[in-house]
Amino acid sequence: MDFLRPATWEDALAMKAARPDATPIQGGTDVMVEINLDKGRPTALLDLNPVAELARWSWTAGPAPMLRVGAGVTYTRLISELGTWLPGLAQASRTVGSPQIRNRGTLAGNLGAASPAGDGHPPLLASGALVEAESVRGTRLIPIIEFYTGVKRNALEGDELIRAVHVPPAAGPQCFAKVGTRNAMVIAVCSFAVALDVRARRAGTGIGSAAPTPRRAHAAEEFLAGELDWDGAGPLDPALAHRFGELVAEAAAPIDDVRGRADYRRHALAVMARRSLGWAWAERGSVPGTSDASGTYHQKSGENG
Amino acid sequence: MRVNVRVNGEPMVADDVWEGESLLYVLRERLGLPGAKNACEQGECGSCTVYLDGITVCACLVAAGQAEGREVVTVEGLSGGGARRRGGAPDRNPRPDPDVDDVAGPPLDGLDEVQRCFVEAGAVQCGFCTPGLVVQAHALIAGASRVPEDAEIREALAGNLCRCTGYEKILDAVRLAAARAHARAATENARSVPGGADD
Repeated sequence: MDFLRPATWEDALAMKAARPDATPIQGGTDVMVEINLDKGRPTALLDLNPVAELARWSWTAGPAPMLRVGAGVTYTRLISELGTWLPGLAQASRTVGSPQIRNRGTLAGNLGAASPAGDGHPPLLASGALVEAESVRGTRLIPIIEFYTGVKRNALEGDELIRAVHVPPAAGPQCFAKVGTRNAMVIAVCSFAVALDVRARRAGTGIGSAAPTPRRAHAAEEFLAGELDWDGAGPLDPALAHRFGELVAEAAAPIDDVRGRADYRRHALAVMARRSLGWAWAERGSVPGTSDASGTYHQKSGENG
Repeated sequence: MRVNVRVNGEPMVADDVWEGESLLYVLRERLGLPGAKNACEQGECGSCTVYLDGITVCACLVAAGQAEGREVVTVEGLSGGGARRRGGAPDRNPRPDPDVDDVAGPPLDGLDEVQRCFVEAGAVQCGFCTPGLVVQAHALIAGASRVPEDAEIREALAGNLCRCTGYEKILDAVRLAAARAHARAATENARSVPGGADD
């Protein structure tokens, strides 16, 4: 096995071009498990820790700025530094592993591994994120919906590395829910994220661990866009929430495995979707993006803490 | 490959490191620091918790090469015992001078406050999870501006498994250590305020 230590991003791209077989390693919370348990032995490790710029986040330019979260930003920092703008992602991040795992693990690592059970995927799908992939040939922004191509497979080419993830700031309430055997150190039996854009009257969804890839529930999103009383001040219509849950469950294609049966996953998804929508609805108006103050959030950038 | 890493304040060098080796293996088998324990090797149990550049991590999930040029503090470093063992051959736990510590029970000299509290609260049974819990509790207390609530302690220790104690005495130990650290900080603040208690 070779151990490659690029000092800069350009070095990293050159090394990955020369060694497409190299496995990028950031927090190591997936890669090292594979090696320690001898489930797979990479021919080379490409250590991205020395590339300091990856640990930064910033706002993108343009009329609709997004948060550009560097591939080295840990879950711990995502929660503490970006939770204001990315509440759904922060909520999901809090369910990742344990403090020690969140201190090392990254969203980009979640994407690189592309496990259908990764906690970061549903909120990224719900908010319509973009993956910034780069190689010596150039940069491309991959819409998250096109990124997952199969079980633990993604759209990256052999010479490409994830440089950052672009995530739109919340335009309304967001919620994440996950079923597991305990609160900490749990791989999702199934998970769900919803993001509401109250002004645009649009809902985004993401389903985790209930199909070969993380996926959206398109029919459920369209149902909400058309049927939700977006201007209503009252509580959520229970019949509507129930129907939303059914449509989310219908969008899933789960399997029976050691963590749960397919029918259990469908049932749990329907319940999580109904409840998440209820929680999100109850929170509307208290989230940046739904107030006129949202523009003032677009100032600060993050350095490596 | 060769890995240069600062451990418990001392520059250390490990040679013939396999590229897929973990920091935990380097600490235990090459640098003679067996405090961090090797159990699950997948980040589930927290028994290998160490500080890496001031942040707690599972040493089993850090590739040895990723520690190059960085700063590691292990449980040995908390009690000031880490530097003694550099160079490979593990020191066989020299007993403290019996004249210095002649009371019944374990010798507490030189221990960190968190370790002392684990002993006092009876939070140690088989002891295998203890070093990881001590380091993680140390980080919680060091990073808190007040005494953490029980929910915060439970959350901070959620990645450290103990199969003996039922955790209640571990919680007692952390509460005790946090209360003492807070009281000490309050005293120091009072001293630094003009017109405060003279010393």
